[in-house]
Amino acid sequence: MLPRDLKPEQFSGYPPEARRLVTGYIGALQRLPLSFVPSLLREVIDYDFKFPVERKAVEKELANLKSLSAEQIDTWFQAFARIQLSPKLESFDWINAPAQFVEQLSSYLWTTHQLDGFRTAAMGYAGRLQAAVPVEPPAMPRLGITVVGQGVGMYEEALFRKLRPHGAYFSRVKPENGLNQLLGAVSARAKANPVAYGHWYIDGGVAAEHDSAVTCVSYGALEPARVTLLRKIQSESGRPGMGPEALRTVMAQLRPADLGLGKASMGNASPDAVLDRFQMKVLTEGSGTQIFSTTFAQWTAREALRRAQPLTLLVRFAPRQRQKPMNELLSSTSDRVELDPVGSLMDGDMGAYYNWLNQQRLPGADQSSFLVWFEGHGEAVAVGPSMARGTVSNSVAEIGQLLSWMS
Amino acid sequence: MELACNRREFLRTAAGLTLGGTLLGSSRLVRAATVPKRKKVVVITFGGGARDQETFAAEGQENIPHLMKDLIPQSTFFTQVVNRGILGHYVATASLATGVYETINNFASLPPEHPTAFEYFRKDLKRPASDAWVVAPSNGFNRIGESNHRSYGSGLGARVLLPKHLLTAATSGGRDFEHLLRDNYETPFYAPELGGGEIELEQLEQILKLSVNEFKKKALTLSSPDELSVYIARQLMKQMAPSLLWVTMHDIDIAHAGAYSLYIEGIRRTDRLCADLWKTIQSEPEYAGNTTLFILPDFGRDSDDDSGGNGFQHHRTGDALSRTTWMMAMGAGIREGVVFDRPIEPTDLVPTLGSMLGFSASFAQGKPIGELL
Repeated sequence: MLPRDLKPEQFSGYPPEARRLVTGYIGALQRLPLSFVPSLLREVIDYDFKFPVERKAVEKELANLKSLSAEQIDTWFQAFARIQLSPKLESFDWINAPAQFVEQLSSYLWTTHQLDGFRTAAMGYAGRLQAAVPVEPPAMPRLGITVVGQGVGMYEEALFRKLRPHGAYFSRVKPENGLNQLLGAVSARAKANPVAYGHWYIDGGVAAEHDSAVTCVSYGALEPARVTLLRKIQSESGRPGMGPEALRTVMAQLRPADLGLGKASMGNASPDAVLDRFQMKVLTEGSGTQIFSTTFAQWTAREALRRAQPLTLLVRFAPRQRQKPMNELLSSTSDRVELDPVGSLMDGDMGAYYNWLNQQRLPGADQSSFLVWFEGHGEAVAVGPSMARGTVSNSVAEIGQLLSWMS
Repeated sequence: MELACNRREFLRTAAGLTLGGTLLGSSRLVRAATVPKRKKVVVITFGGGARDQETFAAEGQENIPHLMKDLIPQSTFFTQVVNRGILGHYVATASLATGVYETINNFASLPPEHPTAFEYFRKDLKRPASDAWVVAPSNGFNRIGESNHRSYGSGLGARVLLPKHLLTAATSGGRDFEHLLRDNYETPFYAPELGGGEIELEQLEQILKLSVNEFKKKALTLSSPDELSVYIARQLMKQMAPSLLWVTMHDIDIAHAGAYSLYIEGIRRTDRLCADLWKTIQSEPEYAGNTTLFILPDFGRDSDDDSGGNGFQHHRTGDALSRTTWMMAMGAGIREGVVFDRPIEPTDLVPTLGSMLGFSASFAQGKPIGELL
């Protein structure tokens, strides 16, 4: 089955809005190579569960593809057309299972040494798309905040080494009531610019009290889902012939309800199908998110930035469980979870850098600001157009002052 | 090339190395002992991928103090080893062992398709099975000792020791030790069915001369699978003194779980364990003065700058940083304190071993590395 043979009725298994969208662009899709189309359909099939920003992006991309002339299609996609695919891939049901096709395609590209060619083709396409479909600037300059080091007392090593060159380092921030001040700032921004999924709070532990207008995802609230998922993984892994790729396929077929998500009792006033799907994907697609809270916090932030492109994002790292050494592994099973606050601080330090990097990939980066703070302590780095790079301040400052200097 | 230039500068300033190609004459060449002992080679694969910024870059050198201070000054160091194959640990290590970019399924327990260095070594030099060994921490590596190539038969390769398997057998398995069979942190519950080549529990005593109790007691003092592997490797060196020994380390692969501190801890531990093995080589009578040690990662990890990846966590993008890594050689016949920038490939290792030990790697894709011969 090749894209040129696409027909509207083949999308009958798609969710309603996705079906409505894609059937308006069959003609455009028919002109494209198989090495490209399933990647796009992987986005389209989830349209009903996408954040508003993502929906707009998919709509604009499809509209752009429709507008291209035959010559432009040749130019834009010649690198994709050069990718040789196997008969097995061509006969795969890539319309209804585009994500699984992309997984198999990835494996095939590695095996046939075509991955570098595909990567070049993909980057070329992304560049052309960005030039053809200008992105809208954000409704207000973005603000990212990362809080690290919960539960750490003394710490002698230098923090924020990767971020310091990009902003101002403060050594004497008054820590009292710091988290509440930051949550208050997020709430104020959410009130000033009430955009759906525009303002987020991600907590690697149990979420602190926060404004209900803020989208909240926490490791603590997802514990029942994580436990259910780990049990499912264990039981699937015990089946004969189950391998990592087959396991990934099983996980890709899970629905939020399979993990107990989607109930009003999960702390939400009402189920949110879009957020439930997001949370499920964080747990099923993010390596390590099920077992280490620091990985959960960083990956969730990465996905929130990439997909929802929030105007405000506050990420708070919490202590993760300790990796168990061999003598403990050998001695007994223990259900007691021991935490590693210092290791978690190191994770959060790098995680903060990655949060800033990912925020800077979004439109309006030149106006965006970023703050990282060692919770309960005086160290922070503030990055933004109004902050001098590579500077150090040893003056006493309030967190609220840092936020106002950054805005 | 930019990566190579950075590495070269870091190493020159921090480890006091000189550029290869210009000062060869003045670099000390480690000569073999005057009484000719049989040449031996030990290969260590460094852990499952580590990036420059956590190792040889200025900010990363604090994580590899033993490599920087002890090993590199005694080595010939190659700054650009470019892996053009599949960036999966088992298939990449198999490629290192065969000198061919293998395309076998990374997650299946399959032998390489092309002859391994162990098969070339044993067939050409008529060496017994006891003279070539692999110590691997991961169950997925159990078939790496020999290929299914038609020109070589079953039993003509290296014997493979899986320390985790030994330990599980010694402790009678059970739910308490399921984590010991954890292959990697990306697929924590996956363990392919083991088949062929692994040593049975009853050989623990015959080959390694260890009682079960002794083994268990020692294992309790160790903190990681790679520490267990090095303990087993050292025991093997004492008892069997194989001429070709391959040790695959894997602790750094914890990076897949996304915890940066554990990735750094893995690098630091691997650094220390490499130094430990080098000390063993220098102190064991069968190895001192006649052994060449190679240390090299299978590949790197993704760059922070590629939005398709998640930085250190994985090696999925195929970008330059994930493909480009390094290699050091030290010991008998190797010049000390020299750096070479020209790109080489991991497939060059097996032909080089062939030139050193006297076997022909006839099916390998790579070429012997002249700077080491």
